[in-house]
Amino acid sequence: MNKVVANAGEAIKGIRDNMTLMVGGFGLCGIPENCIAALVKSGVKGITCISNNAGVDDFGLGLLLQTRQIRKMISSYVGENAEFERQMLSGELEVELIPQGTLATRCLASGYGMPAIFTPAGVGTEIANGKEVRNFNGKDYLMEYAFEADFAMVKAWKGDPAGNLIYRDTARNFNPLMAMAGKITVAEVEELVKPGELDPNQVHTPGIFVHRIFRGEKYEKRIEQRTVRKHS
Amino acid sequence: MLDKNGIAKRIAKEVKDGMYVNLGIGIPTLVANFIPKGFNVELQSENGILGMGPFPYEGEEDPDLINAGKQTVTLLPGASIFDSAMSFGMIRAQKVDLTILGAMEVSEKGDIANWKIPGRMVKGMGGAMDLVAAAKHIIVAMQHVNKAGESKLLPECTLPLTGVRCVRKIVTELAVLDITPHGFKLLERAPGVTVEEIKKATAGKLVIEGEIPEMVID
Repeated sequence: MNKVVANAGEAIKGIRDNMTLMVGGFGLCGIPENCIAALVKSGVKGITCISNNAGVDDFGLGLLLQTRQIRKMISSYVGENAEFERQMLSGELEVELIPQGTLATRCLASGYGMPAIFTPAGVGTEIANGKEVRNFNGKDYLMEYAFEADFAMVKAWKGDPAGNLIYRDTARNFNPLMAMAGKITVAEVEELVKPGELDPNQVHTPGIFVHRIFRGEKYEKRIEQRTVRKHS
Repeated sequence: MLDKNGIAKRIAKEVKDGMYVNLGIGIPTLVANFIPKGFNVELQSENGILGMGPFPYEGEEDPDLINAGKQTVTLLPGASIFDSAMSFGMIRAQKVDLTILGAMEVSEKGDIANWKIPGRMVKGMGGAMDLVAAAKHIIVAMQHVNKAGESKLLPECTLPLTGVRCVRKIVTELAVLDITPHGFKLLERAPGVTVEEIKKATAGKLVIEGEIPEMVID
């Protein structure tokens, strides 16, 4: 199997206006920087974006908000982004906030071929409005549907031409879940290694889930909150 | 009256040897600094860490290694990394023993609101709704009153809820309280704070039984 494409521009081919995209990452950690840059360049509009966060004003998904290419965000936490807050409060941007575990598990359900999940998160709150509630063993659960996404864009540390992926530290986050859930999954990696170089025991995402893979041209890997301690 | 570190110190006394603990953003993060040395406690961060360590030394920050507050952190020996679904799996399945988080309001029934002020502030719930819906034991670290001097311990929450009947214990700058079927039960007073002051700062039903001891923190 060889799923290698030349660059991010090739990798996002076929993404059209009004599609639903999953974008991996937690904050700015483990985001597909090169795919996002290619999306900005492509000018594709009306995107529904499933991603835990919305980047910051001038990096990550914030870049696609600035250009008004995103119509709707489905996220769990969107603080730290003034432009996002402005577009949301003015009604220019549609936003669906959902619990982080629900977001993750709706990705997982999709990747595992299951139509829905039951979760206690949000029972008795406004996010339960209109949702089916089922009681199991005396406790209420909300039924939440698996996501459907036209494309998933994920970032991994290492990958091979077959699409096998290994993530590094907390840059893993939503990436393996979204990789399994896209109708077409695009993976960008820091290191694209030869077939056979990844230890099969260490592979996090088997290549079967990945349709296109490329080595990202450059990684800025911006840190959102640089916190340190002093040598004592 | 306690400062933020004082609240964190008092909450740290609730952490027991052998626990897996999830700490929220803000005061809860400070609790890590006061867990007794020699205790075997593993901190869970819902973006995918068990065995989270302190902030890195200057120059050793790694953009691939952050906590749920997006701060750079380190891993302790024996740590593990996992994806977000597994992370909330261990939360939902109650493998995590204790959750400590902040709140804007708590009701006398144990309802909590901490994710949205309609029309003004909408940052999102992050993992808080999952945590409060499933956690075995939830301690809330919060200020007793808001900047306008109004109580945040209420008969009913006025803000959109994060979870229903889930909070068990609250530690504020004034007091330690348990949520009971009869309301907020006052357990301890902060140093120098009188029962009368706590009464005044609590809008919800306050249960006071016998002499209320002053809390002991070192």
